[in-house]
Amino acid sequence: MEWINNLSAEQQFALFSLLKILVTVFAVVLPMVAYSVVAERRISAWIQDRVGPNRVGPWGLLQPAADGLKFILKEDFTPNYVRKVYFWLAPAISMVPALMTLAVIPFGTKIGNQNAVISDLNVGILYTFGIVSLSVYGIVLAGYASNSKYPFLGSIRSSAQMISYEIAMGMSVVPVFMLVGELNLTKVVEYQASGAWIIFKQPVAFVIFLIAAFAETNRLPFDMPESESELVGGYHTEYSSMKFALFFLGEYAAMIAVSAMMVVLFLGGWTLPFAGLNETAESLVMGLLQVGIFIGKLLLFMGLFIWVRWMLPRFRYDQLMDIGWKRFVPLALANIIMTAIYLYLTYKK
Amino acid sequence: MQDALFYIFSALTLLCGILVVFNPFSRNPVTSAMFLVLTIISMSGLFVLLNAFFLAAVQILVYAGSVIVLFLFVIMLLDVKEEEKRQFQKFGTFMGLISVIGLAAIIISTTNQTFTIANQSEAATIKQTFNQSGSAETKPLGKLLFTEYVLPFEIISLLLLVAMLGCILLSKREEPKEGVK
Repeated sequence: MEWINNLSAEQQFALFSLLKILVTVFAVVLPMVAYSVVAERRISAWIQDRVGPNRVGPWGLLQPAADGLKFILKEDFTPNYVRKVYFWLAPAISMVPALMTLAVIPFGTKIGNQNAVISDLNVGILYTFGIVSLSVYGIVLAGYASNSKYPFLGSIRSSAQMISYEIAMGMSVVPVFMLVGELNLTKVVEYQASGAWIIFKQPVAFVIFLIAAFAETNRLPFDMPESESELVGGYHTEYSSMKFALFFLGEYAAMIAVSAMMVVLFLGGWTLPFAGLNETAESLVMGLLQVGIFIGKLLLFMGLFIWVRWMLPRFRYDQLMDIGWKRFVPLALANIIMTAIYLYLTYKK
Repeated sequence: MQDALFYIFSALTLLCGILVVFNPFSRNPVTSAMFLVLTIISMSGLFVLLNAFFLAAVQILVYAGSVIVLFLFVIMLLDVKEEEKRQFQKFGTFMGLISVIGLAAIIISTTNQTFTIANQSEAATIKQTFNQSGSAETKPLGKLLFTEYVLPFEIISLLLLVAMLGCILLSKREEPKEGVK
């Protein structure tokens, strides 16, 4: 590995950043997406007292490979009344933002002598919210491009839903940053490593964020844009083959991204409060163990997402809007003011 | 590297900006809105090159993420085919040209004033304080907003509130009284 040391600092930075991006996206996130689809099917089968897909490989573990092959081999049908450019653009746009969000998530401390975060941005949380807010374009354009009634209704509903819940979501994290005093996500984890996790200090913010996360990722009980019983398939009614698969995978990638955010903001990121696991890793094993802890916490949330989907019925559209605007926004505002009062009273000159 | 990125982003900003208002291939308002999104994203790229990460993030969050989504929302509910048939209006083109010329004059005169020799030492001190406080930090910005510029800040927030209330008032129809239809 002599040649790595010979590179200039800038070249090393570029090389390791590229390596981190490739490993996170292709070796961690995409397999995780594929297997959360399997997990969803197995858990739903288990909840509904069925068997589920168990034929491909041991315990059905090779199911993603079979599904992928099927998606590639199916005919990619483009109806002739769609708007072609947007029809092709929409699935790509729905997948990319979820992957981009992961760039600022600190998933550990150090691996070797590299920081375990792709980009240690000072305005990390604003970046994530900015990118998450772009993900609505995938759905809006899909509905517009399809040029037919059901997808259009689905996408109109979805844009209203996502904008409404983004406000509640954004307001719910403000108290977190009032406590931490920084917008950098690495600093948020360091703050939690030295004290209690933020979920214990800001339970209200956590609950609002969690529920808004369900709405943002279009999961049941808030899957208005899809709602099969009234809109056929919602915004992806006209899509088939790999284009449909991209929407499908994009939903799971968004779930992973939002779970990672919740782990970092509320559950202490890569820390566990014993065995020196909340300090900067000295050795490679410790570094990898911390990444493992992070992924473990993330899977906990993925399990919660799947579990809730098969437990609760869908909300009505007006109920959804009522909860968002008349319950969560005022609650989040009250939470901000209460935190401000608390900080003012405990402020030491 | 930085120079190359600057030219790429500014070329993209200009190109997409032109395509928003003058697109020879399509008269579709949705296409214009999507080019507006691209313009804003490349503009936030320029902000990043200036180390103004906060502005870059807010630019995407507010404009690309919310304002233009609402634009799309309205456009999609309009009759788009009617718009596609419309020709360029002479009056609009003329007024547009005049405002472009006026704006260019203002920008040229301000940049001329900013780069006079008398101002260079001042610019250097500004740059120095900027570097000392850590330009990428959000804290100095927040401090300035809530100390030195608190009055304009509050006035702007009040203006936004008034605009919002006005919208709600205008869009809320009077409920017809019972029995009268």
